[in-house]
Amino acid sequence: MEPPQLGLIEQSFNSRYSNWAREALDELPDNFTITDPCISGHPIVFASRGFLKMSGYSRDQVVGRNGRMFQGPNTCRRSVMEIREAIREERGVEISLLNYRKDGTPFWMLFRMTPVFGKDEGRVIHFVAVQVPILRRRQRRRNGEGLCGEILSNSCRREVCSSSSVELAGVSAADSDCRVTALEIEEKCEASDTEKQLAATAIRNVLSVLTHYSESTGRLVCEKRFGPSFVSSSLHISLGRIKQSFVLVDPHLPDIPIVYASDAFLRMTGYARNEVLGQNCRFLTGVDTDPSALHQIKQSIQAQQACSVRILHYRKDKSSFWNLLHISPVRNATGKIAYFVGVQIEEGSVDRHGLSPEMRQLSVVGSIKVAVRISSP
Amino acid sequence: MMLRIKRVPTVVSNYQKDEGEDAARRGGGCGRNCLQKCCIPGAKLPLYTFKRAEEIPGDKCVLEHDDNQAPVAFLDSLLLGQWEDRMQRGLFRYDVTACETKVIPGRCGFMAQLNEGRHLKKRPTEFRVDKVLQPFDGNKFNFTKVGQEEVLFQFDASEDGEVQFFPDAPVDADSSPSVVAINVSPIEYGHVLLIPRILECLPQRIDRESFLLALYMAIEAGNPYFRLGYNSLGAFATINHLHFQAYYLAVPFPIEKAPTRKVTTLGDGVKISELFDYPVRGLVFEGGNTLQDLSNAVSDACIFLQDNNIPHNVLIADCGKRIFLLPQCYAEKQALGEVSSELLDTQVNPAVWEISGHMVLKRKKDYEEASEENAWRLLAEVSLSEERFEEVKALIFEACSYTLSEKEDEHLTQGAGDDKPPLEGTGSINKGRNCNMVSGTQECLVLQ
Repeated sequence: MEPPQLGLIEQSFNSRYSNWAREALDELPDNFTITDPCISGHPIVFASRGFLKMSGYSRDQVVGRNGRMFQGPNTCRRSVMEIREAIREERGVEISLLNYRKDGTPFWMLFRMTPVFGKDEGRVIHFVAVQVPILRRRQRRRNGEGLCGEILSNSCRREVCSSSSVELAGVSAADSDCRVTALEIEEKCEASDTEKQLAATAIRNVLSVLTHYSESTGRLVCEKRFGPSFVSSSLHISLGRIKQSFVLVDPHLPDIPIVYASDAFLRMTGYARNEVLGQNCRFLTGVDTDPSALHQIKQSIQAQQACSVRILHYRKDKSSFWNLLHISPVRNATGKIAYFVGVQIEEGSVDRHGLSPEMRQLSVVGSIKVAVRISSP
Repeated sequence: MMLRIKRVPTVVSNYQKDEGEDAARRGGGCGRNCLQKCCIPGAKLPLYTFKRAEEIPGDKCVLEHDDNQAPVAFLDSLLLGQWEDRMQRGLFRYDVTACETKVIPGRCGFMAQLNEGRHLKKRPTEFRVDKVLQPFDGNKFNFTKVGQEEVLFQFDASEDGEVQFFPDAPVDADSSPSVVAINVSPIEYGHVLLIPRILECLPQRIDRESFLLALYMAIEAGNPYFRLGYNSLGAFATINHLHFQAYYLAVPFPIEKAPTRKVTTLGDGVKISELFDYPVRGLVFEGGNTLQDLSNAVSDACIFLQDNNIPHNVLIADCGKRIFLLPQCYAEKQALGEVSSELLDTQVNPAVWEISGHMVLKRKKDYEEASEENAWRLLAEVSLSEERFEEVKALIFEACSYTLSEKEDEHLTQGAGDDKPPLEGTGSINKGRNCNMVSGTQECLVLQ
């Protein structure tokens, strides 16, 4: 998979926190990464010095890649699933995970991830993930039940706890205590309270740098979602995977406003997100838009049916384009219609992969239906 | 003694009729676009060809699509787009998204759907449940009888090692195409049927090639919420024509969340674990030095089960990285009158989706009263007993490792980790079979 353009990555970080934030983050001793779920592939946009040392990679081997590059054959798939669900639900997670260094050696670490919300946007801007290596000093015997012997690992922990926290924090790849034998990698490794505290402290450190520097750019971030959310949180990430232009409108609200707009829609029409959310789609129409096309759309929504229309639409800069618009009702877990989706295709654009524009539109509808299907109002 | 149960078969195609009607129609051209000799010549369907993973030992599967933040994979788009197209053309018996659905409160997260339209109010048909292997019967409904409009695309390996899409490819009977068709009584959005080598009219039984095809489909779709399932005869398959099912549901299944206990690692790197703290006993297959190794381990286990008349279900999850194998005995119990009428009244036939934790309920009462306890109780009836499961498990391992004995020498020097010493004690596991255990671990299974 090709890493996305580094320009986008740089921008993800700089436009929000400014370049100065990098220096401040580089002064932190902790291991952490910052990822952007809005960029295709959910790549890492920043990796701390400590993280690079722990994993054995250089910065440009990591930035632009997805976090699963550190997973390997013995990484527990259920743990990966938990992380994936946390991302989808835009919430934090703390879990032990087996990762692999560049040299292929596995190590256990406590993975703690937290979302960072954009104050204006009301949605997740980045995820911050902190990694605290879990140290093991003793080879365990597996008991008959197959469960991790909590007592045993706690006694390990007490030995470890008595050493200074500086020693714990500055774990390097060369530290032989981190080496894990084939036996140990199979057993789930629980983190100690000290390690959990380290993770919590690290998260606080990183977040305080990010919130501080986001003030300087005016594009504030915070730990909690701020302000009203137009669509439920679990939808944002799922909808963010869809790279085509589309909007969701809510037929239950007065004047049927837009409650979600994809980045591609904003690019196509030239508007900013805050200019379209809450507005009825009529701002796209203009002088030469055929009223019968509008009427057809209105009728389909009332009849709760899908339709396709070719309609003349206008961008923010007043230029016009022919929009092959497809509209369809979308139902949620109650079985009732939650939204209507409008998928826009600019007439004359070509799909790279060979799907016809109509098929591409329908696939967008399908992806949205799958995402909204399990969401509750 | 032949064991039979009565149930109303699910209608998966608009051309699936009662037995009597089918027989009357045979003979002469059918007068519509089916997939039999009458209509195949000149037929065209989209074709998606996937790239095979390299078969070099030690090479991990190179196809990585498992991040749900990655852009939607092409096959995913193709399938969803085609399915939505058929929705809008009115080919489905009902709109499944109009069926209320919920996650049942509790720690397992079982899902329930109220679907009153799925099951026909027709006469139940008799199904023989004591024979997992039954010969293909051309008189009965099979997938060559579906309309071409119900087929979404052909799905096969690429000849030249590249992923390719042909929107309008001729259906070449000689190349024995595999196809993906809609299920007109969907359980969820995107419910399709994968029919390997459809024109060969294979009966419902697993073979290595077909299972690998199913695994490739899971990988190519690249969506952890798109899973494939298989029901053997006797485990609630209704059509004796080889097929897998698949659909989308954007939440984890309870079975995927269930804890597992590792049992063994085979010589080719395939890890086998056992479910625990889950109502149905089953095995989980993961890993493998190559994709073929993982696929063959599961296929061989299924082949063993079907040869030994043990009904079973298979779930391919996590984009093909985790495969669940669940032997079951519910149908047998039902035929012998051992299932409580309370459970029978719900008319839930516990096939792969139900066992994975997704229940489709016909009666509002059952939906409203759905609880984790009820769901657990139903599924516990499906499971083999602990004793029986241990027996079956041991036999499966023999079956898996037996087929590896030819490859033994190659795999002796390769393995899951550097620290492992060369295989010890293989002599003590007699008959020359090798079940490569990670040394030092006492996750011993008792082999005969």
